[in-house]
Amino acid sequence: MRIKPRLVDKIVRICLNFQAFFTVGILVVIVAVIFFKGAPHVNLGFIFSSPEDMGRHGGIFSTIIGTLLLVLLSIFLATPLGVGTAIYLTEYTKQSGFTKTIRFGVESLAGIPSILYGLFGFIFFVIKLKMGWSVLSGVLTITIMILPTIIRTSEEAIKAVPRNLRIVSYSLSATRWETVKKVVLPSAIPGILTGIMLSVGRAVSETAAVIFTMGSSLRLPTSLMDSSRTMAVHFYILAREGISMEKAYATALILVVSILLINVIAYYLMNKMISKYS
Amino acid sequence: MTRMKFTKEHLVKYMLTLFALSSLLFLFLIFIFILYEGLPLFHKIGLKNIIFGFKWAPTKGSFGIFPMIVSSFLVTLGALFVGAPMGLSCAIYLSEYSGKKMKMFLKPALELLAGIPSVVYGFLGVIYIVPLIRNHFGGAGFSLLSTSIILGVMILPTIISISFDAITSVPKTYREGSFAMGATKWQTIYKVVIPSAKSGILASFILGMGRAIGETMAVIMVAGNALKIPMSILDPLRTLTSNIALELAYATGDHRQGLFSTGVVLLVIIMVLNYIANFGIKKKVIK
Repeated sequence: MRIKPRLVDKIVRICLNFQAFFTVGILVVIVAVIFFKGAPHVNLGFIFSSPEDMGRHGGIFSTIIGTLLLVLLSIFLATPLGVGTAIYLTEYTKQSGFTKTIRFGVESLAGIPSILYGLFGFIFFVIKLKMGWSVLSGVLTITIMILPTIIRTSEEAIKAVPRNLRIVSYSLSATRWETVKKVVLPSAIPGILTGIMLSVGRAVSETAAVIFTMGSSLRLPTSLMDSSRTMAVHFYILAREGISMEKAYATALILVVSILLINVIAYYLMNKMISKYS
Repeated sequence: MTRMKFTKEHLVKYMLTLFALSSLLFLFLIFIFILYEGLPLFHKIGLKNIIFGFKWAPTKGSFGIFPMIVSSFLVTLGALFVGAPMGLSCAIYLSEYSGKKMKMFLKPALELLAGIPSVVYGFLGVIYIVPLIRNHFGGAGFSLLSTSIILGVMILPTIISISFDAITSVPKTYREGSFAMGATKWQTIYKVVIPSAKSGILASFILGMGRAIGETMAVIMVAGNALKIPMSILDPLRTLTSNIALELAYATGDHRQGLFSTGVVLLVIIMVLNYIANFGIKKKVIK
């Protein structure tokens, strides 16, 4: 007996429909579980007081500061490097062996898993350069880790700026750098910001590369050479060592809410970029 | 004035060249330092004894990581087994079936799955998946099965977004030609669209594998970290990545070098996978 093609068509449509919503369902369940289990334990005191007794009591203030330091400083370092590379690749060169080599480097960096960044940061920054487990070691490691994301998204954003804008600028006898600075970059900014926000998300949720370079001290860092703990690392230690389930859920809630916010902003900026040029 | 402009232009160009070179420099540094720490042990213990050795007792001079290599590949295949059909059907649904408004909602929601921190996946795995497996299938619950499920979900965004791009880049005329022959929508997708997007879909699977084999924290939490080759999907296991993360904090001397040797093996596997995905397959797509 042969099943009619039209019937197959209908069944497939229903199955795929179900599959897509099932997958979105996974996301909804994850967010809902974290929200309902975490919300009862989150309040202003939890956010603004420091952890006590390994995180069994108190809040997560020092880990929020640790996260902010890590994220802001590594973005501060990676953005000029990444955007500069993207400008170089798109505006200053033609396709050649040299740009292919650089692109190969960027692709390879993007593929390296975070534990290997941790391994490298540990041996290079922590041990060989004698920075110890410190905010500085963590920042430098994460800077390298997020660089490929910033380069790739900036490159896409710069490529999306219409050619005409550049031609007009050159015809007004502007130099290449003037054109880049006054015409190309301002138009590409939403796209570049999308890349930055995605990198922020990656740095906030990173554990493996951070724990072996920044360490996991719960004290409030007072200098770049102090060890510190990010929210993600704190959550990992709370959950893995079974220190406190309530605090773990509460930390996860703050973590997931920040990630959602960051992604929503990134998505908004991306849409702005797309609607601008299409 | 023009002369100043001229030198400034040059200065900017040199600066940007330096910036662009920094990525290569970083890649070089990562390779050099991981190899520098990891290779001496291969010389001392022997390549064969490390890669095909069964016993990992770094304080007693045994550095065999064969069970971990096998485990890493097993969880990766398991993740693909879970994630590939789910991811591919989502990509097909998104590009061929969903309306524009639905797409505006579904695509960012699916991409958000990539934003959830891996420790959160691991934690929820321990709280929900591990007991579920323990109660229904037996064993400790920390197993190849639980790890495959968690990793399968984690690689979904990679598979969806890359195979979605591959499927949408199939020219519309192919589909119209097929419809004109009287084929149904599914026949068109199955016989025309998917074969044309084959290499891009394959690339998405391989990049998903790369992500699964490199994942660390979630795996540590749900895999059970036992030092042997799992004989069933309910057995616990330890992957290359977890081996590094579990012991790096306190390892010294040869033990630490052994962890870097594990890193060297991981680095080689990852580079091969990325090479296949980026150069072996993508080139064909462009043609």
